[in-house]
Amino acid sequence: MIRLAFVVVVGVLLGCVVHLVSVLALPRIATQDAYSRLTPMTELNAVTQLPLADPGNTLMPFMDPAFATAICRYDLSDGPLKLKVPVSQAYTSVSFYTRNELAYYAINDRSAGKKVIELDLMTEAQHNELPEDEEVTSADRLIIDSPTATGLIVLKALAPEPGLMPQAQASLKAASCGVQSEPPAKAEKPRGKR
Amino acid sequence: MRLLFITLMTLLIATGVGVGATWITTTRGTEFGTLTIGAWTARPKTGTSDVDPYSRATITRNGELPIGTGDGVAFSATSDDKKKPLDGRCDVVVSGVTPPARFWTLTLYDKKGHLVPNTLQRYGFTSQEIVRGADGSFEIHIASRSRSGNWLPTGGIERYALMLRLYDTPVGVATRTQRDAPMPAIATVGCP
Repeated sequence: MIRLAFVVVVGVLLGCVVHLVSVLALPRIATQDAYSRLTPMTELNAVTQLPLADPGNTLMPFMDPAFATAICRYDLSDGPLKLKVPVSQAYTSVSFYTRNELAYYAINDRSAGKKVIELDLMTEAQHNELPEDEEVTSADRLIIDSPTATGLIVLKALAPEPGLMPQAQASLKAASCGVQSEPPAKAEKPRGKR
Repeated sequence: MRLLFITLMTLLIATGVGVGATWITTTRGTEFGTLTIGAWTARPKTGTSDVDPYSRATITRNGELPIGTGDGVAFSATSDDKKKPLDGRCDVVVSGVTPPARFWTLTLYDKKGHLVPNTLQRYGFTSQEIVRGADGSFEIHIASRSRSGNWLPTGGIERYALMLRLYDTPVGVATRTQRDAPMPAIATVGCP
């Protein structure tokens, strides 16, 4: 009897360990996460329009049908990424996710404060390599540090009424994301920013 | 022989308990970092870098992309104010006001997070297309058969979830109570 109780207690304790390990490991081992689902249908370092949310579209759960959505799946190993999103009439937002769907940054048209949301996305190492004077001359440039080299940028434009959906989609079609064509000129003495 | 049996037994229990607990917590969700107002629940931290491990596991398992904090916040409800599960065969009224936000959308999903087919192709409302009363409040009638005013069809499915998303809103990680975020009431008014 005591032996049976021992088996149960040790089993439950080990079970707690299994539970904690599996919860922490899930983001890394999940094969049906959003990034994996989007990989076959999106181009790397380019904007891909997603089909509208409707009952037949089971790409991702809980998509907002009032929004036109586009994805830029990125890989920063070839250099920083430049993103340009013209804002639509109603509401436009840009959200950044790591490879494991951690939402590390999001901005909307009003907080961007311009007609075009313009951002530079780079890894922390690439940010540190930026020549200092360049950062001064382009003070209005918004630089985002990505915690991982790969990830997702989600561009969304709201259609406040169903009839305005073509307009929302058109504004996302004008969006662009891509590796910067000319790498930023290296300073003569490359040095860390900090 | 007995040692082998005991070891096997222990490992079996460990696997059952561990995997079972993970399955339950990622399916039903946990209380970590939840903001509950009336029948509505939000997890504002899922849109930030300090999301809790359980929400992260749920998000990757279900293949969702959580709404980022700089974008907005999502509230979901699976029952009415009296804790009765939302039933697509009943008449449900969502009424009142919403927290301050530039836009909001209300969407109806099935249990898996997919939209429910209907002939009207209406899956939700946005704050702009809703018909309001003189005082700015609104009433949305959720039912399987056509209703006057703001009618959201359920397709007659047994269980559904409502999601109210606020875009460009002060509601977020710091929000605690109904006073900061007055959420609309959900009431089941009749069942066939």
